[in-house]
Amino acid sequence: MEYALLIYSSPEVNDRHQQQGPSVLAEYEEIAAARGILDGQQLQPVESATTVRVENGQALLTDGPFVAAKEYLGGFYLFEADNLDAATEMAARIPAARLGGAIEVRPIMER
Amino acid sequence: MAARSRCARSWSASSRLDEVFRDEWGRVLAALVGYTGDFDLAEDATQEAFALAAERWPREGTPPNPGAWLTITARNRAIDRVRRDRSRAEKTRLLELPDEAKEHEVEETSFPDERLELIFTCCHPALALEAQVALTLRALGGLTTEEIARAFIVSPETMKRRLTRAKRKIREASIPFSVPADHVLPDRLAAVLAVVYLIFNEGYGGRVDLAAEAIRLGGILAALMPDEPEVHGLLALMLLTDARGEARFQDGELVLLADQDRSRWNRAQIERGRAQLDRAIALGGRGSYIIQAAIASLHMEEPQNWSQIAALYAELARTTKSPVVELNRAIAVAEAEGPEEGLTLVDRLELDGYQYFHSTRADLLRRLGRADEARAAFERALELAGAEPERRFLQRRIAEVSGAGPSRR
Repeated sequence: MEYALLIYSSPEVNDRHQQQGPSVLAEYEEIAAARGILDGQQLQPVESATTVRVENGQALLTDGPFVAAKEYLGGFYLFEADNLDAATEMAARIPAARLGGAIEVRPIMER
Repeated sequence: MAARSRCARSWSASSRLDEVFRDEWGRVLAALVGYTGDFDLAEDATQEAFALAAERWPREGTPPNPGAWLTITARNRAIDRVRRDRSRAEKTRLLELPDEAKEHEVEETSFPDERLELIFTCCHPALALEAQVALTLRALGGLTTEEIARAFIVSPETMKRRLTRAKRKIREASIPFSVPADHVLPDRLAAVLAVVYLIFNEGYGGRVDLAAEAIRLGGILAALMPDEPEVHGLLALMLLTDARGEARFQDGELVLLADQDRSRWNRAQIERGRAQLDRAIALGGRGSYIIQAAIASLHMEEPQNWSQIAALYAELARTTKSPVVELNRAIAVAEAEGPEEGLTLVDRLELDGYQYFHSTRADLLRRLGRADEARAAFERALELAGAEPERRFLQRRIAEVSGAGPSRR
């Protein structure tokens, strides 16, 4: 069973990460190296997002994220686990979860 | 208890059969969920096995080991279904199909009791609380979707959707069918107990069926987790509270504890409750259910030891930080030390939107002879009261203090 651990952040959560210093970065690296983690990426700040829609065969680009909200997707891990308990336990280890952000755990659809 | 047991079962079998079915439903379903790893498939197969039993047993007699008969029959049904539905086979654990068990093998077969795993799945915090409640009543209690819908005053369609959605999430998100590991067990057990107590309180509000159901679930949990003090504490609390359930109403009118006809209390159930409480304390427990059960037990003694009750409420208030508990402590203090002392505590609380805050204040003011203030407080309580018996109770009180008012002025 694979799960996406979607890391939701905000400017305040970002600031708190900065204040924590390099130890918090080490935590993210440790998780990235943990058993079962298949992938993990941090996204550039949400200001860099471009949203694409296609209408009548024409691509329409807009500046910014699809959903304009204070919170945004800041990164993710792809995690292979036996069950939801293992996935939520891993999610709870992600620093953003205790720094005011949240982790959305979504099972990957099996093919 | 027997008189309270539910009668409107969906299967119209004899009461003996009904009793067996009630006891076996959760066990058989748990065994099937454990076996197939698929909640829906397990439920369908269990349902079929019970239907077959309802048809056969009255004619052919109840088998010597009804539980094993039902489990094996349900398993065979599940295997049947999977054989018929290959796409489902790929999604379940039944990839390598075992041979169907023969009925003559039933007697020497015994199945592990997996109801605890089932309870922890149903009460998993990744499910919405209302779904946890419904799923627990369906899976462990064996209530039908319609019965659960009626109990929670929603349409059967809404309840069906709620259950379907919960079962889908269990499957799609792989919510485990297991007893949680030690490091998370206390939190997860607390969640299970909260669900059972919520079911009980729904029933205590008048729907007695659910109170009896919660007590039954509490009994199952206490048998499955004999060393967990809070499990016994919750069961004790429910038994003791429910034991005076019938005395709470007289001709449809609410009767306060002090005025209740004690001969209408269920003595046998009080004894059962106190035995559970003793067990919880012997196990070293001091959690909130145990303290509440101890308070309930003290309330039923004559005369009541109000200073001890007040001390237990103080302990409970420290752990729960609940102003409602503080209000109860104030009531006990008023009894132990006098209405003046009680009122001092009450007036420190910020509970303006709470009916019982005003009715408690009103009663203390009445006892202090401050009739006008008492009437105003009773009227404020009446504004907030919902249930009809409680409204009538408050109206009687208002009439009393209004009558007493002028003569004291």
